[in-house]
Amino acid sequence: MKPAPFRYHRARSTEDATRLLAELGADAKVIAGGQSLVAMMNYRLARPAHLVDIGGLRALDHLHTDADGGLHIGALTTHHTVETAPPDVLEPGFGVLRRAMRWIGHLPIRTRGTVGGSLAHADATAEWCLLAVALGAELVAEGPHGRRRIRAEDFFFGYYTTALDPGELLVEVVFPRPAPHAALTEFAERQGDFAIVAAAVDLDAEDGTVRGGRVALGGVAPAPVRVPEAEAVLAGGGTFAECAAAAADASDPPGDANGSPEYRRHLIRTLVQRACEEAMAP
Amino acid sequence: MTPRSTEDRLVGRSVARREDPRLLTGRGRFVDDIALPGMLHAQFVRSTVAHAEVTAVDLSAVRQVPGVVAAFTAEDLGLGDITARLDRPLTEFVPTAMPVLARDRVRYVGEPVAVVIARDAYAAEDGLEAAKVSYAPLTPVTCEDQALAEGAPRLHDDAPRNTLVDVSLFASEGIDAVFAAAPCVVHVDSRTGRQNALPLETRGTVAHWDDREEQLVLETCTQVPHQVRTVAARCLGLDERAVRVRVPDMGGGFGLKCVVGREEIAAAAAALRLRRPVKWIEDRKDALTASFLAREQHYDVRAAFDAEGRILGLDADVVCDMGAYSCYPFTAGIEPLMASAEMPGVYKVPAYRVRGRAITTNKAPTAPYRGVSRPQYVMVVERLFERAARELGLDPVEIRRRNVITDFPYTGVNGITYDPGSYREALDLCERTVREEGWYEKQAAAAAEGRHLGIGYSCFSERTGYGSTAFAQRKMEVVPGFDLSEVRMDTSGAVTVTTGTMSHGQSHETTMAQIVADELGLPLAKVKLHQGDTDRITYGWGTFASRSITVGGSAVRLAAAELGKKLRRIAAARWDVSPEETECGQGCVRRRDDPSMSLTYEQLAEIAYLKAHLLPKDIAPGLTGTAAFDVFNDGTFSNATHACVVELHEGTGQVEILRYVCVEDCGVAINPQVVEGQCRGGIAQGIAGALFEQVTYDAQGEPSATGFMDYKVPTAHEIPDVAIHHLETPCAFTETGAKGAGEGGTIGAPAAVLNAVNDALRSTGVELDHTPITPEAVHDALRRQRTLERAR
Repeated sequence: MKPAPFRYHRARSTEDATRLLAELGADAKVIAGGQSLVAMMNYRLARPAHLVDIGGLRALDHLHTDADGGLHIGALTTHHTVETAPPDVLEPGFGVLRRAMRWIGHLPIRTRGTVGGSLAHADATAEWCLLAVALGAELVAEGPHGRRRIRAEDFFFGYYTTALDPGELLVEVVFPRPAPHAALTEFAERQGDFAIVAAAVDLDAEDGTVRGGRVALGGVAPAPVRVPEAEAVLAGGGTFAECAAAAADASDPPGDANGSPEYRRHLIRTLVQRACEEAMAP
Repeated sequence: MTPRSTEDRLVGRSVARREDPRLLTGRGRFVDDIALPGMLHAQFVRSTVAHAEVTAVDLSAVRQVPGVVAAFTAEDLGLGDITARLDRPLTEFVPTAMPVLARDRVRYVGEPVAVVIARDAYAAEDGLEAAKVSYAPLTPVTCEDQALAEGAPRLHDDAPRNTLVDVSLFASEGIDAVFAAAPCVVHVDSRTGRQNALPLETRGTVAHWDDREEQLVLETCTQVPHQVRTVAARCLGLDERAVRVRVPDMGGGFGLKCVVGREEIAAAAAALRLRRPVKWIEDRKDALTASFLAREQHYDVRAAFDAEGRILGLDADVVCDMGAYSCYPFTAGIEPLMASAEMPGVYKVPAYRVRGRAITTNKAPTAPYRGVSRPQYVMVVERLFERAARELGLDPVEIRRRNVITDFPYTGVNGITYDPGSYREALDLCERTVREEGWYEKQAAAAAEGRHLGIGYSCFSERTGYGSTAFAQRKMEVVPGFDLSEVRMDTSGAVTVTTGTMSHGQSHETTMAQIVADELGLPLAKVKLHQGDTDRITYGWGTFASRSITVGGSAVRLAAAELGKKLRRIAAARWDVSPEETECGQGCVRRRDDPSMSLTYEQLAEIAYLKAHLLPKDIAPGLTGTAAFDVFNDGTFSNATHACVVELHEGTGQVEILRYVCVEDCGVAINPQVVEGQCRGGIAQGIAGALFEQVTYDAQGEPSATGFMDYKVPTAHEIPDVAIHHLETPCAFTETGAKGAGEGGTIGAPAAVLNAVNDALRSTGVELDHTPITPEAVHDALRRQRTLERAR
């Protein structure tokens, strides 16, 4: 469990990082908190010839709202920073992000792991990927040809693959509008494990009445997915239970050692309902 | 002799652990902390297939990898095999020769085929990738049904149907008639998952040749230093004197390190060949896939009861999947023989029949793991009692009450004589605790809300303090049992104590010192324990089978008493009285008739070493006491009752443990806090087996768990707080009254958890008898109930 030989490069700026990535090509990997990459390298499942360390780019470690009510999180912001952000930064519109952090691994992982790293790694059950899809986030990539914004739903292609081009660096994620009635919940055998199924919802509600919303699932497909059938139930005034049942019926989850498709469908039903209830809890 | 007044005694007090200051400040020294000049690093080329003939091993490219210093095959090293034996006929036991490195055959994924030696661990792993091993695949045998099938492929040529052990220890006359006539017969078919004992410190060794001592020095983390010395000497063709095994601090063992591993011998051989120190540290992936595993067993057991719930007979068939080889020194017999001998447990079972088998499969071999078969058979027997209670409409605690042994000593149908314990008292106190905490009311209230709470119990005893007599019944070729100790006083009156036991987390530096300090009337700080060095300790059997305090602690106390006798003889000679007229206490020897007359240990030590001319001719200079201790009966039985309260969550199938109560009796607790630590850790490992951990193998013999993502060791989140109550039935024949306390937690927990889960599932008609219980299995059971309800 020692990595294969690699060369280490420390990026001095975002431009430096993208230049290095462009130069080094497909054999290079960005390393930030290293919470997924290092483990994969130690198993020699990942064997990049070059590591570009962006850990020193403090400009990418930020968390702030903009004039339009959107929230910007720099790629190098740790999960722990979000978890412990002052209430006035995240509440009331983005409290869901803070509450969701407790599902990510354990404290040591959250103090090292970064938001951008999690999004760019694109594990099918990762909390940040699911939040990005559920809350309609936009991901900001910087490459040799400048910056571009990618919608979360267009960003995740499947197991560990994203819309990022070689040479592009994920620099920021933007949650464009507040989500005061949103929640993420999940189930795994042990606290801190990758979820067997994770569910996130972002409900549109007025005076406590749900008018519609977005429903997204992790762990049921190679990438986090929205479930239009479940969203249609919400838009049509259906109950949370009906919404959860619709999500389960519409899903075709895989079976593996952690659970059969049937069990996962049951978890979808449980977790979507829980997420809806939590989203509307006072 | 009363060296210390009752209130001053250290035994029985939770004195702070002597080990903690260094361990908690990061100043402990583990194998991986050892760095010697010129040290090289070993890693192993391991089989990628479960069963094959090895047709070629080509290491030429390995030797070209930058940083690689050497690479050796079995042929290069020419080492002897590791073969563990029982003195039983071939019809009952077939030995397996486990080569240090595989030669012409591999029998599991992960089996070491070659060793790569490099300047660092990174280069060693680079080297592994360059090895070319050619295999001619054979059909893998990965489960019991395959192994036992007629015409099954054989792992070992001498073992038809892959059976290494097949022993029928007991068959009560007329047992079939008992079952035929019994008003109630219940049956349990139970399989337990393959586990890893999972010491957080993986295995490892640093080997080097010491020219001055003409010795191979093997610093290794083992529970059995002298047995490692024996195997190393035999495999390498050295005298045992020429091997010194030293054990630094250890981060757990749990049985996995009470057998001799192949890698430490190969690393030693490489160190001899290269005349440079060689370090091998097992990584977690190898620890999970290629180390020793445990626990995978299959029980098919029936029990007969009369109408009042009294057990009439037990009829058991036990198959233990031991993997590819017998472990040294215990052999593949350890699990089936333990289950066969002990299964009747705490109950008055009048008729008993058992067949115990060990089979060999293409999986990593197994080692004893905390509890050794007892977690499994206790689970099965406790399930039988719960099932009988249901059939007979009896309370599950009441049916146990009617059957537990209450009159001691009790000689069971298994020929074992149980020394006094508190089986009934522990059961009563445990139930009372659960009742007084209101769990039965909570259960009823939950049921009214459609929630699923369950309460489960387990009763068991645990044979500890196996002496040579008890071990001899296993018919091992080498018979463990006794322990030796030497207590030596220096000229300042401080003492050094040796023990043949080997603490790997059990706090022996504290507890053994408590015993000696009391015996001599010394402060704890004046007593230092030495363990884990084959040059400093004449011989020892190490630590396993909860033997350390019972056997080792007794030897230590006797040796201290011998030293006390010598101190008194010297003092008595000075006063010209008989030694009987003197006593030890508070750092000195006093005259009984005039306690104001005393000589301090320092003064006596000065005479013994520095003024030996003052000694009478019949007293030799020096101050040492030595003693051996052995147990000449069936050993001493600790006992406990555990209770577990669970809630099953319908939405996810999750089993949540709401409460855990343990009432335990290990005789005199030398240090109650240490006993509680043993209980809690053991219970955590028992819960792990009941609900979480399992290594599975696919049809090709590929193991599932290569890391902690797949091997689901529970964390602090999953393990509940445990309430512990102590009862004390002192052992009559250990020197301290102590019984063993190392394994009980692990033994009782799976049964209590499983019974609680099944209690919560009562209305579903589903019973879960296999472990680990998965959330999906619970979910399936609860769903079945919903279907039934809808049908009604």
